[in-house]
Amino acid sequence: MAERIGVYICHCGSNIAGTVDVAEVTRWAGTLDDVVIAREYKFMCSSLGQAVIQDDIRKEGLTRVVVAACSPHLHERTFRNACANAGLNPYLLQIANIREHASWVTTDRQAATNKVKALVAGAVARVRHHRPLEPMSVNVNPHTLVLGGGIAGIQAALELADAGYPVYLVEREPSIGGHMAQYDKTFPTLDCAACILTPRMSEVGQHENIRLLAYSELEQVSGSIGNFRVRIRRRARHVREDKCTGCGLCIEKCPRKVVDEVFEAGMGYRKAIYTPFPQAVPKIPVIDTRSCIWFERQRCRACEKLCPTGAIDFDQQDEFLDVEVGNIIVATGWELFDCRRIPQYGYGRLANVFTSLEFERMCNASGPTGGRIVLRDGVTEPQSVCIVHCVGSRDQRFNTYCSSICCMLSLKFGHLVMEKTGAKVYACYIDMRPNKKDYEEFYQRLLDEGMLFVRGKVAEITDVARTPQEEGKLIVQVEDTLLGKQRRIPVDMVILMGAIEPRRDARETGLKVGISCSMAGWFIERHAKLDPVATMTEGVFIAGACHGPKDIPDSVAQGAAAAARAQGMISKGTVKIEPVVASVNEDKCSGCRICNNLCPFNAIDYLEEKTVSQINPALCKGCGTCVAACPAGAITGAHFDRDQVEAEVSGLLWDAHGDGRPATGAREPALEPALPQE
Amino acid sequence: MQREIFEPKIVGFFCNWCSYRAADAAGTARIRHAPNVRVVRLMCSGRVDPAFVLKAFALGADGVLIAGCHPGECHYLEQNYKTMRRFVLLKHTLQALGISDRRLRLVWASAAEAARLAEAINEMVEDIRTLGPLNWPANWTDDRGHLDEVEKILLEHQQAMEIGR
Repeated sequence: MAERIGVYICHCGSNIAGTVDVAEVTRWAGTLDDVVIAREYKFMCSSLGQAVIQDDIRKEGLTRVVVAACSPHLHERTFRNACANAGLNPYLLQIANIREHASWVTTDRQAATNKVKALVAGAVARVRHHRPLEPMSVNVNPHTLVLGGGIAGIQAALELADAGYPVYLVEREPSIGGHMAQYDKTFPTLDCAACILTPRMSEVGQHENIRLLAYSELEQVSGSIGNFRVRIRRRARHVREDKCTGCGLCIEKCPRKVVDEVFEAGMGYRKAIYTPFPQAVPKIPVIDTRSCIWFERQRCRACEKLCPTGAIDFDQQDEFLDVEVGNIIVATGWELFDCRRIPQYGYGRLANVFTSLEFERMCNASGPTGGRIVLRDGVTEPQSVCIVHCVGSRDQRFNTYCSSICCMLSLKFGHLVMEKTGAKVYACYIDMRPNKKDYEEFYQRLLDEGMLFVRGKVAEITDVARTPQEEGKLIVQVEDTLLGKQRRIPVDMVILMGAIEPRRDARETGLKVGISCSMAGWFIERHAKLDPVATMTEGVFIAGACHGPKDIPDSVAQGAAAAARAQGMISKGTVKIEPVVASVNEDKCSGCRICNNLCPFNAIDYLEEKTVSQINPALCKGCGTCVAACPAGAITGAHFDRDQVEAEVSGLLWDAHGDGRPATGAREPALEPALPQE
Repeated sequence: MQREIFEPKIVGFFCNWCSYRAADAAGTARIRHAPNVRVVRLMCSGRVDPAFVLKAFALGADGVLIAGCHPGECHYLEQNYKTMRRFVLLKHTLQALGISDRRLRLVWASAAEAARLAEAINEMVEDIRTLGPLNWPANWTDDRGHLDEVEKILLEHQQAMEIGR
């Protein structure tokens, strides 16, 4: 039976009709085989436009629909729903992308019209081979895994837990809190970071719906939306969680002190058995086996002797915890740029060049200096400070992006320095970007307070003096682009606003959960504008600075948004998944097992007894690699099957074979000279 | 009579996640580029069956452009590596069939690289313009040329595999 195909060409106002002869295309489309109706309409996506299609399906008995309009990424769903509502299986629709791929590509009317004809011919040829598909429905496990216990992860976990859904919160460090726990004040309100963060942390620690797994890491993820199986490595704390009361006696008595590179950013010390900071959640300490005297030379055990509850366990091993969850929220945060990578800024060589994180710890009242702003000697207050913006960001050599928070961070630092020491503060910036609510006002406040702004990228920071005034100072060499002059600014202290970078192991994490990374290493969202929380993998969401540089309010907002998305699926109970998956025809399968190793999702099993391979539709993500590889043609890729793709190719080339070309190209060479082989 | 400029007909096999989005983005940003590539959307460049490419040539395409996510950025983790392997194989096969391997290109373009993709398309179209039309379906002849080329490749394979030494 011949199909009855309806073709609908959208004008998209003048977006398509402005460059494409829509009337001509419509007339021509009506002459194609099996096309019973070809119509044009100003806006196909409008409810009136959809009604046109639906009427034709009902009255003309259309069995296939082609919509030539914008990209299928925009309105495929709209038109699929329209078809479904009129009683046509939604997968019997094909979109021809004539806007993004034709009318917006060229201004040549003839060329655009020709291309549109080819695209429409391709879609018509393909849609004939479409087969009705039914989306699969899967149940959604109400548990959610939140990866990362910074402010974004905390927010996501609390939103879900407060809504009554159980959450596993996994944090790599011994305590949750993330970078925010390291800060002293937060811009632009100058709220104390700990005062607003620690109540939320203890809420997490005490919440009946949150299982907090600190000092743990994601090991492996399998399964798919609704039913992920996750293996978590619980690193050995060497302190038993069930016995420890968090009294802190062990920490007090531990004789080994080491530099804390993580929480104190190398500015302060901690013991070998420690909690990163006093308000840590959970308050259970961990033993750092790399610095503990017992692990080093089998002596000491002071903590074990003094622990009143016998919680110390030197023999504890890493344990694995397997959990099942319906959704995963990834909030793994960021890392600071290694400022040593710009040697001319002298970090690591010139003592009084600090990074922004070091300075945060210095400002913090519970930090290594008790909140006093002093030079590296620990006593001298600086008379003058220079803050260098964009260290490793907006720089072709390192990161091209803007780290977005540093301008405000710099203003906050400027305020704190002036408030605490009265020192003169310079900021060398490329552009000031205080672009959110109340930020501009904070900038104005700092201008009023007398912070000095120099527009120019710093060339060098040196201790080599040229004049007596520069003696013993750090000299910041910068071109003031507003004055058009080179300046040498002698200061006591320099703070480098290092770039916000993706976690070093972001790609590895991405591979485990199925999120791809941008070139820079940030996790890629599903849609840059309309879906900044979801990812390409259904059931996996992103929140916070693992997605790109973000300040606290944005991280919190995204954490809450991710939780809302997960919650929506949990409260609905089931989720429909795309039926675009591969399947094996057992009669054709020879059991060669070529496909088995091609699948990165382990969706293909080999059935020994039947000597055939089989695809698990719940694990298959529909890439089609196995379909392309099967030498027996035994694997079918739903909606992207061989006959469908080949028909589309044939349609796309309607003008190249058949009437488009001479039957014998006598003057053309039969062969092109092959390229010489090495 | 003025000679018409040859407009090559190129079939594109673009992956749904990166390159197809890059092509969309190129349109959205009105980055003008040659309208010669007619794109087939596939879920992954790994879906590109070598037979699709040969089919396209057999149906009269002057070139085929495969585009996918950058290596290491595949939405399906690593399937574009498989595309890479097939691409090399296909180039060989095309040479054996007497078709210049310049007619087949593989481009990596992330969703953000609209300009890069547009540039790659322009480059390819220009290159194929210099090659001229392929007209494969119309040009099947049985001259010795085919066989010589095939034998050359066979010999090369034998040498590479050290067969018969």
